[in-house]
Amino acid sequence: MAHGGFYLADDFILETNGLTKEFAGFFAVRDVALKVRRGSIHALIGPNGAGKTTCFNLLTKFLKPSAGQIRYKGQDITAMPPADVARLGLVRSFQISAVFPHLTALENVRVALQRQHGASFDFWRSKSVLDRFNPRAHELLNDVGLSEFANTPAVEMPYGRKRALEIATTLALDPEMMLLDEPMAGMGHEDIDKIAALIKRISAKYTILMVEHNLSVVANLSDIITVLTRGQVLAEGNYADLSKDERVKEAYLGAGHG
Amino acid sequence: MSALTDDTLPVTPRAMRDEMIVFAAMAVLLAIVPFTGIYPFFVMQALCFALLACAFNLLIGYGGLLSFGHAMFLGTAGYVSAHALKVWAFPPELGILVGTAAAALLGLITGYISIKRQGIYFSMITLALSQLLYFLYLQAPFTHGEDGIQGIPQGHLLGIFDLSKPLVLYYVVLVGFLAGFLLIYRTINSPFGEVLKSIRENEPRAISLGYKTDQYKLVAFILSGTLAGFAGSLKVFVAQNASLTDVHWSMSGEIVLMTLVGGLGTIFGPVVGAFVIIAMQQYLAGFGQWVTVIQGVIFVSCVLLFRRGLVGELAHFLRRSL
Repeated sequence: MAHGGFYLADDFILETNGLTKEFAGFFAVRDVALKVRRGSIHALIGPNGAGKTTCFNLLTKFLKPSAGQIRYKGQDITAMPPADVARLGLVRSFQISAVFPHLTALENVRVALQRQHGASFDFWRSKSVLDRFNPRAHELLNDVGLSEFANTPAVEMPYGRKRALEIATTLALDPEMMLLDEPMAGMGHEDIDKIAALIKRISAKYTILMVEHNLSVVANLSDIITVLTRGQVLAEGNYADLSKDERVKEAYLGAGHG
Repeated sequence: MSALTDDTLPVTPRAMRDEMIVFAAMAVLLAIVPFTGIYPFFVMQALCFALLACAFNLLIGYGGLLSFGHAMFLGTAGYVSAHALKVWAFPPELGILVGTAAAALLGLITGYISIKRQGIYFSMITLALSQLLYFLYLQAPFTHGEDGIQGIPQGHLLGIFDLSKPLVLYYVVLVGFLAGFLLIYRTINSPFGEVLKSIRENEPRAISLGYKTDQYKLVAFILSGTLAGFAGSLKVFVAQNASLTDVHWSMSGEIVLMTLVGGLGTIFGPVVGAFVIIAMQQYLAGFGQWVTVIQGVIFVSCVLLFRRGLVGELAHFLRRSL
């Protein structure tokens, strides 16, 4: 693919145009135009209530926009159901760790691998047919450092490890683009470093858009940052530029953030 | 993720070998019942309810869907089978087939309507639909209203097995139960079952992985309804009648009770639960109305003390899957 920038039109994997979400007169997201470059780590930041999560839910189709379009790889996905969007390779994560708690780590990853290989309405077949996914599932678990947890039910895993499992599950779908909703939320320092390193590593292959509160993580990871306030785009650029931007400082300090 | 299934489910990794041993033991125990002096009619009735509860458990224990209207499948299949046997003089195998097919069709229609909503709304829609059917059956001429369909001929299954002989009927019901049980067991342990469990665990996540969860829930609903109907058709041969009791909402409640007492999301829980409840009704009949009170007390203590149900607690204690 043209990472060198020869095909500029192809360069944006995800674009929004006039994206708006109104809740009974209140505009949670207003007229947002977002362009995510293929292969980049793009962060969406902003003070509390800026509309980051609403924006995120619009992109993942878990909310319907009041106005505006979303285009993924040039295709209009504004009206597409969330499961179909996932099938196009645009896969989301959740703010609270989204694992299947009573399934083992291996089974968690396998459910994703199973989906990638077609529908599974075959209730008359033994699930041993799923064993063919085991090697790939172990590989994915190994990739995120979870080999030892393969047969542990997810509910019994430590929090940071659940996030890693969630990423392994998402990777199992072999997505083109990942949307991460506060991947570091609720984690200790040690876990943050591990997950940050993991995200950095997988970003070589995937485009990543993430909503994140932890600014040092954002500073270290992202190529480009969009700042939202009151549902609108305030500024966009790299961390060095934005950290000098008076409007951004004001938005953050005004809302009590450091 | 329904609140009901949150911490009531066993966390133990599944061990199919254990489960097959327990299944074999159960099959042997049930097979020798006629030689023990236990009242076979009671066991046959309990087997029908056990299958019904297992079918219900497939939906809630593995799909996270709490149906408050499962009696409609039991009753519908019962009425259709009874009518086919008595009025159309169908042979038993065809009578069972049309009854079960009617339940499957009903599952398709009611499932299509109800799975569009989640949680308590789903439960309320199933309850409303079953109430609607109740009044329909109360008024429809072919059900004979309050009288029900009585004196149903049992006939010869496949022209060979004389179902009017209690011993033959017992083994036919037993084979029917075991077949239904195995089908449910296989469903739970199929690729489909894995997806179903992931939907129970975390539906938004399953959607985000690209699963069209409504389709899976609908298939589970139809399967569960069909098997509940199969239990209803079998029950017609045991009771030799089909009555409004089987479509009443309190029957739907009893199904929930059996499954909770035995253990939600366990393989054998619903069977144990059904036997406990039916045994109570049978052997405490002398207490009259007090049976309901005793049932209520058991239900409350089950929810308070053994949230995982009898089998669920045992499995938790043994760290085994049962």
